[in-house]
Amino acid sequence: MNLAVKWQIFVSKMASEEYIILIFKGLKTTVKIAVFGLIIGIIIGTLVATVKVAPKYKLIVRILDKICAAYTAFFRGTPMVVQLLFAYYVILPLLGIKGVDAEIVGIITFGLNSGAYVSEIMRGGITSVDKGQFEAARALGLGYGTAMIKIVIPQAIKNIMPTLGNEFITLIKETSVLSFITVTDLFKAFKTIAEANRNYEYLIPYTILGLIYIVLVLIITLLVRIIEKIFAKSDRKAESPKKKAKEKVNS
Amino acid sequence: MNEQAIIQDENEIVLDVYGITKSFSDNHVLNGIDLTVRKGEVIVILGPSGCGKSTFLRCLNCLEDPTSGEIIFDGENLADMKVDINKHRRKIGMVFQNFNLFNNKTVLKNITLAPTHIALKELRAKKIKNFFIKIGNFFRKNKKELLIIEKTKKEIIKESNDNAYALLRRIGLEDKANEYPSTLSGGQKQRVAIIRALAMNPKVMLFDEPTSALDPEMVGEVLNLIKEVADDGMTMVIVTHEMGFAREVATRVIFMDEGVIGEQGTPSEVFDNPQNPRTKQFFNAIL
Ligand SMILES: Nc1ncnc2c1ncn2[C@@H]1O[C@H](COP(=O)(O)OP(=O)(O)OP(=O)(O)O)[C@@H](O)[C@H]1O
Ligand SMILES: [Mg+2]
Repeated sequence: MNLAVKWQIFVSKMASEEYIILIFKGLKTTVKIAVFGLIIGIIIGTLVATVKVAPKYKLIVRILDKICAAYTAFFRGTPMVVQLLFAYYVILPLLGIKGVDAEIVGIITFGLNSGAYVSEIMRGGITSVDKGQFEAARALGLGYGTAMIKIVIPQAIKNIMPTLGNEFITLIKETSVLSFITVTDLFKAFKTIAEANRNYEYLIPYTILGLIYIVLVLIITLLVRIIEKIFAKSDRKAESPKKKAKEKVNS
Repeated sequence: MNEQAIIQDENEIVLDVYGITKSFSDNHVLNGIDLTVRKGEVIVILGPSGCGKSTFLRCLNCLEDPTSGEIIFDGENLADMKVDINKHRRKIGMVFQNFNLFNNKTVLKNITLAPTHIALKELRAKKIKNFFIKIGNFFRKNKKELLIIEKTKKEIIKESNDNAYALLRRIGLEDKANEYPSTLSGGQKQRVAIIRALAMNPKVMLFDEPTSALDPEMVGEVLNLIKEVADDGMTMVIVTHEMGFAREVATRVIFMDEGVIGEQGTPSEVFDNPQNPRTKQFFNAIL
């Protein structure tokens, strides 16, 4: 079959608006699960990282630290598919929970998985913040948590923005395994189209699918750049030489 | 003893340190230091690099936990892990060699962050307590009195901001209030760091080589501010290598050597007539 014919088949399939809707639904699901997964991941990851860097004087901290280590090891050590299958087909039946939206399971699993990675990223971010920042906060009488939340973590997040962007990109691409637990994501949408009418024609749909992923990734990259720029506001190194010279005259 | 020293002996004790030691694994940095700091004293600590000056200063507000010894402040032993160290640190200002202004906060926020946060936290705690007293009063015959809430949230924030602006005006950096620290010169940063500590109304201020990271032309402005604050009666413990400044501002000079106090006295005693051979050696090396 030549390309023209393949294209013809694709166009005829797309004539049915149900498939257009399906693509947008898949796109929405992909973005939704990746975004909420990342948000949950950042929250969990930050909490876990805070435990990881906390001084280990107290027993409770040591216990939490072990739990966090086990959590990280599990979610980094197993593939996302396995985690999804496990959550959906093992844990849910085991707990006797029925009627849970597979998308919710997807979001939670993505969040837990991402939390493990973000915790490592965040730990690196926290240790990259000058220790003096934390000490100055503590010396002013602020508690450990306040010093972390108000001073250290915001600077850590700024430092790890590019890496967090990569994590988001990974999550977007990983949504393609959601079809294993019956979620219709972007990949599933195009697979459905490719296999529609028992007319198995993959080339065009999967090419377009790939292009959409690339565009998504480019958009995220752009967004991360913009956010970095906004953050950089507090980092303007020295003013323009002109302004400085003026100040010298004034003083 | 001269007259000034006698007056100071009658002043109340701000900080009383007994037998502080500090070891990092088998590196014994502090080997038993006693020090009584009275109100209004300006104590300058001198000593060769690595003798433990910074470590000692950091032990005073428990940024380093002393290995043994006692630090009595406000009637409590700060070295005791059970005391609320945050409460006491609010009254012990600290100025660092590297300024340590919060990079993610504006100059104004740097100054107001801690006072505002702490006052608001106390306000919340009071409100919660009052809530429970009210519930209790519902059942009580003789009603318990509610805690008095002097200031609202708004008033707390306003007062904290006003105070910060007044301090900024004092150092002539009012127009920098909404700038980020990265736009300031080293001297400006350190002066902001000093008023940030002052904004807490500390009972004593600790300075760890406050001018060592500065370009020479900026040292003066920072030393002048410290001197001004000292002249206002602030109690201070200062680690510095600025000998002229030490002589001028100190009421007592301490020479530290290998983790103990090698010698102490008035500036003229220590500078002009050092008794300890190590002190002499130190002055010969740097002068
Ligand atoms: N956190 C730490 N862990 C291990 N060793 C430390 C630590 N802090 C300080 N030390 C050691 O303690 C000793 C004294 O250090 P300290 O910084 O108190 O000296 P200093 O008198 O302030 O010197 P300088 O004039 O160079 O600032 C040094 O040998 C240093 O290596
Ligand atoms: Mg030092």
